Amino acid sequence: MAFDSFSAFLTMEGHGPYVWACYAVFFVLLAAMMYWSLRARKTAMDACRRGYEFEADKSKVAAPAPAASFARVNVSQD
Amino acid sequence: MWQIFHKLGSPKWFFGISTRFMPWLLVGGIMLLLAGAVWGLAFAPKDYLQGNSYRIIYIHVPAAFLAQSVYIMMASAAIVTLVWRMKLADVFVKAVAPVGLVLTFLALFTGAVWGKPTWGTWWIWDARLTSMLILLFLYGGVIALDRAINDEKSAARAVAVLVLVGVVNIPIIKYSVEWWNTLHQPATFKLTEKPSMPAEMWVPLLLSVLGLYLVFGWLACVRMQTEILSREQRTRWVKEFVMKGRV
Repeated sequence: MAFDSFSAFLTMEGHGPYVWACYAVFFVLLAAMMYWSLRARKTAMDACRRGYEFEADKSKVAAPAPAASFARVNVSQD
Repeated sequence: MWQIFHKLGSPKWFFGISTRFMPWLLVGGIMLLLAGAVWGLAFAPKDYLQGNSYRIIYIHVPAAFLAQSVYIMMASAAIVTLVWRMKLADVFVKAVAPVGLVLTFLALFTGAVWGKPTWGTWWIWDARLTSMLILLFLYGGVIALDRAINDEKSAARAVAVLVLVGVVNIPIIKYSVEWWNTLHQPATFKLTEKPSMPAEMWVPLLLSVLGLYLVFGWLACVRMQTEILSREQRTRWVKEFVMKGRV
């Protein structure tokens, strides 16, 4: 240990605020970047999953019967 | 040889291999980074000239080191994009540019806070600091250019050209402390010489540089996977991965 006491460790002979501010900003930003990156990947996965489920639903529902058709219908002319 | 090259360029192959390596990168990186920080903060001896403020070196140097080496990696990927049109190289550039931006900001911020007790000023327009600020703008420019062009292929090429033009800044940053008379101290580590510090000062620094490298590797994997997922959504292997959780 390079310091005699815990309070000496915190104050660092007057350089404490500079040192601790740097470490705080460094680790907070790094952690935030890791969190954002993970969340972005999860969002992308969810978007893919929703897309696939939407497609699956669409193919499950039977196509509705056509309202009109041009098929020849034989109607008696009598 | 060409087969390996093609395999390397395949997003599916990358997805599988990166998923396997990511836990190791994360755990190893965090452990090394914390070990370097605790050692540097509490156990490394005080600097005879700068006192305790020099302890900022254990995060300042890793951030600055990575900021530059990420740019060099981006430039290598840009060459691959332009010459071989490899998709994965472009994915890499897009995925890591924001990480490079944050690292450059961290290097500038921790440098400014270190400068106050050491030089008596937060900022000075000297060669090292100014060239580092230009690196920050280059990263910002790469991100902005990529967002500004909608077409994926033209964006990839424009970004690659910008990255390659900007690479001229890297040797300027590196040698700025030797070419010009600056306030900034010269490099701590050199390939050809032993560090001028004692081992109990430079070993923790080496640990935190390695740790940040590994954490960067993990970040790059996560962000590249995100980009690949949105680009390759229509392929069958992405569908299988998303629905079944394996490649």
